[in-house]
Amino acid sequence: MARAAHGKGKGLKTMTVLNASGIAREVRSSYAFVERNWYLVKRYWGWELAFFVYTIASSLSVIYIGKAQQVNQNDLVLYLGIGTLVWAYLRAVFDAISEMITWERWEGTIEYTFMAPISRLTHMLGTAAFSIVYGMLRTALLFVALALFVNLDLSRADYLGALAVTLVGSLSFLGIGIMASVLPLWFTERGAEMTFIISSILLLVSGVYYPTDVLPGWMQPLARISPATYFLDGIRRSVMSGQGIAELWNVLLPLMLMGLVSIPLGVWVFLQVERLAKRTGRLKRNG
Amino acid sequence: MQTDAIVVEEIVKAFGGTKRRWLPGRRRAGDARPEKTVYAVDHVSLRIRKNEIYGVLGANGSGKSTLIRLLSTLLIPDSGRASVFGHDVIRDEQVVKRMLNRVSVEASFFKKLSPFENLMYATRLYGLSGAQAKREIPVVLQALGIPEDRIHRPLEQMSRGMQQKVAIARAFLTTPVFLLLDEPTTGLDPRSKLDVQEFVLRLRNEHDATVLLTTHDMAEADALCDRIAILDRGRIVAEGTPSELKAQAATPELLDPTMEDAFMHFTGKSIEEAEQEEAEPVAV
Ligand SMILES: Nc1ncnc2c1ncn2[C@@H]1O[C@H](COP(=O)(O)OP(=O)(O)OP(=O)(O)O)[C@@H](O)[C@H]1O
Ligand SMILES: [Mg+2]
Repeated sequence: MARAAHGKGKGLKTMTVLNASGIAREVRSSYAFVERNWYLVKRYWGWELAFFVYTIASSLSVIYIGKAQQVNQNDLVLYLGIGTLVWAYLRAVFDAISEMITWERWEGTIEYTFMAPISRLTHMLGTAAFSIVYGMLRTALLFVALALFVNLDLSRADYLGALAVTLVGSLSFLGIGIMASVLPLWFTERGAEMTFIISSILLLVSGVYYPTDVLPGWMQPLARISPATYFLDGIRRSVMSGQGIAELWNVLLPLMLMGLVSIPLGVWVFLQVERLAKRTGRLKRNG
Repeated sequence: MQTDAIVVEEIVKAFGGTKRRWLPGRRRAGDARPEKTVYAVDHVSLRIRKNEIYGVLGANGSGKSTLIRLLSTLLIPDSGRASVFGHDVIRDEQVVKRMLNRVSVEASFFKKLSPFENLMYATRLYGLSGAQAKREIPVVLQALGIPEDRIHRPLEQMSRGMQQKVAIARAFLTTPVFLLLDEPTTGLDPRSKLDVQEFVLRLRNEHDATVLLTTHDMAEADALCDRIAILDRGRIVAEGTPSELKAQAATPELLDPTMEDAFMHFTGKSIEEAEQEEAEPVAV
């Protein structure tokens, strides 16, 4: 019956399905992940709320450092405000995608998801789409909440530029997130903690709350390879100095390149580790 | 016409010991502790005919679940082959996945989501449209005796038996032609056991499914299965129809042996003894 519906894969087994109806089917299936994650957010609303309050509190405690300064107060508040908002967004995207495996291992559903007749790309596409929508909604809410406490002066902002940086910059975070998501498959015990290390190092080196040139010299290369550095720089330039897409090419280009490298690399790493897990029996067994 | 739907040839899966080293890595002197290799499935060959209910009996740790995972693409065999309706489980992974589904001892759902939400997710993965799923989910759940008011409440509030029925609904909704049932009735009360068994028969009779069933329940295997294989430490030690297996176990003293007796005859121990000997904390 349904056998005929599926394109047979030769070379890229797991990434197959090249005909149009196949692609439509995969896109439709990828919505399964968006919907499911949305259900999860709804069912775990208490946890979402707690985490949201935590994010507001920690953002404000950073922003008030700016407010306490005598000179350039408004600029500093905006500088730090952008830092917290961008970081909240990137963290949400990164977490949502890097938890793709952890969460299912914890619930005990991973074997069922891995047994389903979808390509791994569909799985990631759905998860990525959710993570970006979720990240944007959450960041918009956070912005509204922060604006109740401090004045974030957006009068000079070039919104198109900021949007371009957000969209292009999200790509590389998806790639890093996909790579990080396999850690729990590889290191079954400590994988989740390791993703936490990745995000905290990104926070340190990317200039979220300070310009990267205050970092010691040996850390500078890390700052330069972190996509968050360019992301933050781009958002600050578009929001604080009104730079548009044309002027932002020197952040958009590196972000684009990093996305183009990190996503295929992430997918490749994922597929390798998935094979390893299936060979060594490291998918979480349930029953 | 009797055709072989599922073909397994000399399949082997071992755990531990076969660890592949990612780095050529030096071994330190103190590191000599040799890792113990467990042959979970050891050169197993079997053929399941289309529309057959094929039982696999074995004690804890005899390799039943490992065999099921090998067939459902969750494990890659060390050697040997398996095919489902002519499609190799490794080479044609996606095609095979589309044809099968599985019910395991643990229901394996998102605990906080409702049966409805869990099944929406599962059916979308198998390409059902949202509208179709919304129509069919309540019908199937009710047919399995899940009260309507439970459908939208978190699954964790349900009893184990009910959760198991939701797991069966999941398999049913995705219309598998090959159904893998890993101890689907373990831990259920007699009433729920019968419900599940009835459903398995319906799937086979009305939906033309081919079924591989593992169980510890000798009476269940006897009643449900067309043919049975007895697995002992990863090897098949006997195969045949329930009456063939029982007949082979008959002795002048025991003219009318039960399935239990047959199990004893082929493995040298009763299922309880075997469980005690082989029970390993990691074997779920
Ligand atoms: N992923 C794994 N990693 C390591 N060892 C495993 C893995 N899966 C199974 N084993 C080992 O392989 C053997 C067979 O396990 P399996 O789960 O297949 O047995 P089973 O017949 O299903 O047992 P049960 O009746 O308890 O469910 C056991 O010794 C088990 O510990
Ligand atoms: Mg088992």
